[in-house]
Order: sequence, then structure tokens, then C-alpha cells
Amino acid sequence: MATAEYETHEHDVLIIGAGGAGLRAAIEAAAQGVSVGLVCKSLLGKAHTVMAEGGIAAALGNVWPEDTWQVHFRDTMRGGKMLNNWRMAQLHAQEAPDRVLELERWGALFDRTKDGLILQRDFGGHRYARLAHVGDRTGLEMIRTLQYHAIHQGIDVYMECKIERLIKDGDRVAGAFGYWRNTGKFVLFKAKAVVIATGGIGKAWKFTSNSWEYTGDGHSLALWAGADLIDMEFVQFHPTGMVWPPSVRGILVTEGVRGDGGTLKNSKGERFMFKYIPEFFRSETADTEAEADRWYEDKKNNRRTPDLLPRDEVARAINSELKAGRGSPHGGVFLDINTRRPADYVRKRLPSMYHQFKELADVDITREPMEVGPTCHYVMGGVRVDADTTAGTVKGLFAAGESAGGMHGSNRLGGNSLSDLLVFGRRAGLYAALYAKDFGGQLTVSSAEVESLARESLEPFSRSGGENPYAVQAALQDVMQNLVGLIRNQTELQDALVKIEGLKERANKVRVEGGRAYNPGWHTALDLRSLLTVAECSARAALERRESRGGHTREDYPQLDPEWAKVNVVLRLKNGSITGSREPLPQMPDDLRKLFEDRQ
Amino acid sequence: MATFTLQVFRGDATGGGFKDYRVDAEDGMVVLDLVHRIQATQAPDLACRWNCKAGKCGSCSAEVNGKPQLMCMTRMNLFEPGSTISIAPLRTFPIIRDLVTDVSYNYEKAKSVPPLRLRPPDADGKYRMWQEDIDRIQEFHNCIECFLCQDVCHVIRDHDEKKKAFAGPRLFIKIAGLDMHPLDNRDRRAFVKDSAGIGLCNITKCCTEVCPEHIHITDNGIIPMKERMADEFFDPVVWLLRKFRGQKATRTA
Ligand SMILES: Cc1cc2nc3c(=O)[nH]c(=O)nc-3n(C[C@H](O)[C@H](O)[C@H](O)COP(=O)(O)OP(=O)(O)OC[C@H]3O[C@@H](n4cnc5c(N)ncnc54)[C@H](O)[C@@H]3O)c2cc1C
Ligand code: SF4
Ligand code: SF4
Ligand code: FES
Repeated sequence: MATAEYETHEHDVLIIGAGGAGLRAAIEAAAQGVSVGLVCKSLLGKAHTVMAEGGIAAALGNVWPEDTWQVHFRDTMRGGKMLNNWRMAQLHAQEAPDRVLELERWGALFDRTKDGLILQRDFGGHRYARLAHVGDRTGLEMIRTLQYHAIHQGIDVYMECKIERLIKDGDRVAGAFGYWRNTGKFVLFKAKAVVIATGGIGKAWKFTSNSWEYTGDGHSLALWAGADLIDMEFVQFHPTGMVWPPSVRGILVTEGVRGDGGTLKNSKGERFMFKYIPEFFRSETADTEAEADRWYEDKKNNRRTPDLLPRDEVARAINSELKAGRGSPHGGVFLDINTRRPADYVRKRLPSMYHQFKELADVDITREPMEVGPTCHYVMGGVRVDADTTAGTVKGLFAAGESAGGMHGSNRLGGNSLSDLLVFGRRAGLYAALYAKDFGGQLTVSSAEVESLARESLEPFSRSGGENPYAVQAALQDVMQNLVGLIRNQTELQDALVKIEGLKERANKVRVEGGRAYNPGWHTALDLRSLLTVAECSARAALERRESRGGHTREDYPQLDPEWAKVNVVLRLKNGSITGSREPLPQMPDDLRKLFEDRQ
Repeated sequence: MATFTLQVFRGDATGGGFKDYRVDAEDGMVVLDLVHRIQATQAPDLACRWNCKAGKCGSCSAEVNGKPQLMCMTRMNLFEPGSTISIAPLRTFPIIRDLVTDVSYNYEKAKSVPPLRLRPPDADGKYRMWQEDIDRIQEFHNCIECFLCQDVCHVIRDHDEKKKAFAGPRLFIKIAGLDMHPLDNRDRRAFVKDSAGIGLCNITKCCTEVCPEHIHITDNGIIPMKERMADEFFDPVVWLLRKFRGQKATRTA
């Protein structure tokens, strides 16, 4: 059948995703001398990584020499409420400084200290000022540096190409199938190893800082290919998204605002965060405004402001203030940096926040407070990987970046994603290349399977009746926003799962108009499959975990439960349906465990 | 709320034309919101690019009422309520479909730019740089690769054949950023003159006017580079001095 025609490319290592994780993986794999293909849905340099604002966490010790990998490790584990894969958190803290310095040698220009070294800024949950940054546009610097380094390494880049399905040969991954957005033509990539670096799932929610790309494709590709996902109940709602005007609701306001002196206030002008200091962080958090104010200037003798508690804590506090009727006019709370910092400081440190509010909301943040509220931002859960090699639970599959799970436990600290991308992106590229080199055998791909995938992808064109895919997408976003949001309970989660089933039915009937060339309606129809899959994963895992921890808050089980501290919720496909099970968390060795006893 | 008529270009390389859509705009909306609204309700197959919706990724470039700009940063309250607004794809690049153009020219040119060549580190193995020395280059690094400057530059806008010999304003500031980078010690003079075609630029400043990042492309990037070329091309000693003593010559002694 002519419509099912496809072109074929072959690589040792195929990397799906060209954000920070995918680019770093590609650079490393190419350095191993294997042939590398790098695929992305958008143009090169437009991945989510470009939007990251605040910085990259790495214990460089340039501002606070006391900072070491051990302190960073401890902060990361505590921020994740100890559910992190300890080995990932350790490797991350140990290797992040080298990865940041490497970026500098590839041309990145971070803001400087007075002695010419990389400047570091404060962020939530980090004991010391630790984030290497460029104003509030760190992601731009990072992706450009990686992009311009990568284009000279002999990597084949396939832009605006979307992967629909992984292809297997027996129990091994053997490649991937997708289409070119420009033409709608199909393409098969044969590869010995595949790295998933596709980012997150936030487009399943209505108010989100995430773009159209975040439909959970990589999570779904892995699951459909038989791999395990973990921690999918943990979704980070960033405490500070824009709330007004409605068309920009959800767009991120960097935590750097608070790191650089911004304070949260309610409609009565109260600095409400002092009311919400949890026991877990009490000993390290200032309990008076005077101490919090002193901390900005003298970090040795004062404890940090509760405005910089980890994100889950701050998001829940804002939610409680809103429920109590102490919100701002447009349904957020106030974030005020203009009273502590002069206008030129704000413009220099936070230029893109200044620009964003001025242009999109007519608010001058050097004179008036911002209005902010929680927005869906990041998924902690992802493909279950081996900490050292990033290998998934299916042969030939690797994963890194936001699409991999484990590193951040139940809650990610700000700045720990960009460093995660570099550390595990590099490891993924390295171990995928080594795996490909070791693999001597032949891989065969069934052309009948590929043709059947192609025909399936074209179905929406030939349906009559049926609805517009955008309507189904919007309905799903409402379900997730209302029933699988910041605060969950059993009834609503069950309801969500029922509704998701109904939406799957509707998605199977959507109809698209027009041709195959650059047709966003068709693209949206195809994206629905992965979007619904990750929505279901998230709701299912959330129903399973009967406690509150990090990015998962159950009003019917409001406490941390020590029994749940010992397990991950693992999701896998069984006879076509997604099933959850509890599996033990890897155990931390004693020498690392000590780090948590010493400093309480 | 106000209602607008959006005249959106629909078509591809084989032809096409403007099509009218009546769309409502609410408080605070931008042009991109209205394009999304058309997709969701009237023309699901209307092709456009976007990602961040906050002026950070440079995906949503188009010519709105003839002016190249980011659709996500163009507020509807700039226009008279009820008015008609035209939205066309960037003219300088070959059309793919509707508002989407083939911008591969920019990516191909980028590959030709000789990359950073790292100088040796300081005696203790570290690299030091001073904020004053990198302020200017950080300005260039703000580029979101929206290619609006490339779109307006008359050297290539109406002269397809010149694309071969001309890198364009986006890449001029890329090259300038590398050349002024305190850690770089590569000589790009021949490249700038012969392959990037800086001589074709006659400083009309149209590029600077459309840059959504307000980068001073001409004043801080192109003009100093032209001056350096004039000074240094025939005098390698001047080039060497600048490269190896750098801007921070006063400090390192
Ligand atoms: C506004 C904002 C600000 C942030 N600020 C910070 C910060 O200051 N510090 C920090 O540490 N973190 C921050 N984060 C989080 C961080 O930016 C992301 O988690 C991180 O960039 C994800 O990187 P990645 O490489 O995993 O994926 P991405 O950068 O999202 O890249 C994913 C890639 O996969 C491709 N892709 C996806 N699906 C497919 C498919 N089916 N086929 C082909 N290609 C596909 C995409 O095209 C893209 O190239 C921020 C996030 C946002 C949204
Ligand atoms: S100043 Fe030069 S580069 Fe810029 S638009 Fe004019 S001719 Fe083109
Ligand atoms: S220099 Fe300005 S106009 Fe040109 S691509 Fe970069 S951001 Fe866009
Ligand atoms: S969508 Fe990113 S710049 Fe407009």
C-alpha cells in the first residue's frame, strides 16, 4: 500500500530527544566512535531545556567553600523525602561540578564571582548558594552551548521528526518508527541501542509551564516496549506560575526570584510561609521574619527563609492560603521582590522575568508584586533505570533526563534537573555506545510490523464522524487538573481513571482534516495516545500510594508513612493494561546513611 | 472581549492565499492565542510553530501586518478592536505550509562557523573570566534563534542567490561572540571575510530593529567586527595582541 511507505536510516545509537539530556548523550556517544542519530519533534535548540531559568545545581564551592558533593547529595535526598535512588543522587552530586565546568570549556558564559569564577545563587532546598546561572536564562545558555558543540561531532540530526513507537527484535530494542512533521512521510530508524530523552508529561494538565511537546512520548514508548516506569505519582506543581492574564496562566516564574530576595505574601500582606514550616525542615528554617531577613546577608549565623522550602511545601502552603480566601485579586498570592531589591538589581538578575511580566501582564516587577500560583511543572517519575548505566529494563533501551525516574525521589529540587541532564545524559550516551559496540549480532525488523504501524497512524484521516482531537486533549487536561492535581483523594482518582477510559474511546474515534504535510490536527490526534497513557500512569500510581510525600499529597492519607518510604510504585504493561506493583527501594550503604544522622 | 478578523496565509510551495477567520480575543491575549483558537475550532490543520509561549524559544516567528515578530509576544491590545490583522510566514525562507517555513539555511550556515578553540587554563588549572569582559558576549548569547533578523535582512530577503555567500546577522553575532570569547584563540578572519560575507552588509540596521531580544546586532556586533577586520586583516600583530592579551590585559599582568 503506497501510503504505508517509509524510508530507513541506520545507526548504532539512536537518541530520541534533543534537549539537554539528548544532546549531552549524543555528544558522548559520538565521542565513543559509534554512529549516532538524534531525533527531535521541534527544531534543534527549541526543546524545553531552552526555557529553564534559574540555574544548574553543582557543588562547585565557588561562593561557599563548605559546599561539597556530600551536602548536595543530602539536600537532594531530603528534598525528595528520601525516596530517591540513592546511587543516582550520589553520582549526580559527585559529577555535576565537572559537567558544568565542561560546559564552560565548550563556550558557556556563566555569571561570574569577583575572582572570575562561576557565580552561584540560592535556590529552594539547597543549603548553600549552589546554582551556576546566567541571569534567569540558564537553559538557553546550556542548550546553545550543547547544540553548537554537537553540530561539529558528526551526529546526524533529524529535526521535526516524531517517534511513534519503538521497534523490537525479540526481547531487544531494535529501533524506532516515526514520521516527518514537514511531509507526514514515515521513517524507520534501525538502531542497536535507543536512548529515551524526551522530557516530561505536563501537557496532560490544564495549567502548566510545559509546551505542546510534553505529551509523555518517551514514557509511553518505553512502557509499550515492555519497560518499567517508576514514581509516576510524583508530579511537581511549581509554586510560582503566572495566574494572570488567563492566556498566560501557568507560565513559569523562576524560583530565582525567591533565591534573589523575593517574598511570598497573602492578601493581608502576611509572609504566610512562616505558618507552614514542616517538622522535617524545622531545624534548618528561620522561624521569624527578622532571622529570615538576616539570612540573605549572613548565611552562617541564620537559618534560611521558609520562602525557599522545597517546592512541594511551598505549593501546598499557597494552596491553603487560597482555600482560606487570602488570595490575590486574580486567584494567586503575591510575590514581591521590589521591596527588598532595587530596580536595576532586579533587571540585571531577572531580565526575562522583568520582560515577561512587562510584556504579557503589564506588571513592572521592579515596582509592584507579581501574582503567582501553582502550575504543573515537572514529573519526577519515569523510565526505571540502572543508576550507573541508565539502562532500562528492556535490552538496548536507555533513558536520561526528565523521562528517567528515580533521581529526584518524590520531589525535585530546583536546579537539579539541568545538572541531572548533563550527568545522566553523558552516562546514557556512553553506556548506550558501549552496549552497541558489544552487540555483535544482527537485528531484524519486520516490515509487516512497520507497515501496520504506518496504517494505524493514518486511520484518523479515513474516519467519518468523530470529533476534533483538540477537544479530547482539552477534556483530558480538565480531568487531570481537577482530579489528579496538587491535592488528591481516592474518590477523585478513581473517578479520573473512569474518565480516562472514556477519553480513550473518544480518542480512538477522532477525525482529522487536511493532508499529511505539517498538520497539527493530525499530530495532536497521534499525541493523544501517549498523553492518555501517561495520564493513566500518573492517576494509577497516585491511587496506589496511600500516603503523602513530596509531589504526591493525599487528603485521605495526609501523613508520611514509614512503610511507604521503603517502596517505589512500579508500573508495567500486562496483557495490554497498565498494572502497578510495589517494589523495594534500593538500600543506601551505611557510610552515606551517616550523612543524615550527623547533621539533624 | 473583542472580535478580530485574522487573515492567515494558507498554502504551500505550490501556491495559496490569505483566508479570513473571525476570532474572539480575551483580556491579555496574544496573536498566538488566536492562532491556537483557530486551530481548535475552525482549522485544525493550520500549521504554525510554537513551544514556550513566553518569548524564550524563538519558534513562533511570523510577519504580522507585514512586520516580522514573535506571535507569542504580540499582544492583541496593540490592535484596534474589530480590525483585520494579516499573518504571513517569514518571506525570506521557502514555505513548507501555512505559517511554517524551511529555516534550514540558518542551521547549515551555523555548521560552517569555526567553533571555539580553547586556550590553555590558568596555572592552577582553572579558567577565570571577568564579568565586564563577558557582559557584551552575554548580550549576544541572549539570541533565541527566532531568525527574524535573517528574515528582514535585505541582502538575502530578495536575493536568494546571495544566501551562499552570506551568513546573516544571527550568525554575525554568533561569530562576534566567539571572537570576543575570553577562552577562545582561533583566527576566524578569513572565514568572516570570505565565507560569512560580512562585506555584503551595509549597516541598514533592519536586523537590530526587529530583534525581540533587543540585541544591538549592528552597533555591538557587526560594526566592531567590520572595524576589527579593517584593522587586523592586514596586520596580524594587532589581531594577535587582542586575542592573547584580551580585553582584560590590564588585569592579568
Ligand atoms: C519554564 C521552565 C523553567 C525551568 N527552569 C529550570 C531551572 O532553572 N533549573 C533546572 O534544573 N530545571 C529547570 N526546569 C526543568 C528543566 O528545564 C527540564 O526538566 C529539562 O530541561 C528537561 O530536559 P530533557 O533533556 O529531559 O528534555 P527536553 O529539553 O524537554 O527535551 C525533550 C526532547 O525530546 C523531544 N521529543 C519528545 N518527544 C519526542 C518524540 N516522540 N519523538 C521525537 N522527539 C521527541 C523534544 O522534541 C525535545 O527535543 C525548568 C522547566 C521549565 C518548563
Ligand atoms: S545591518 Fe547588515 S545584517 Fe543587518 S539587516 Fe542590514 S544588511 Fe542585513
Ligand atoms: S539576533 Fe535577535 S532577531 Fe536574530 S535570531 Fe537572535 S534573537 Fe532573533
Ligand atoms: S513560542 Fe517560544 S518564542 Fe514564541
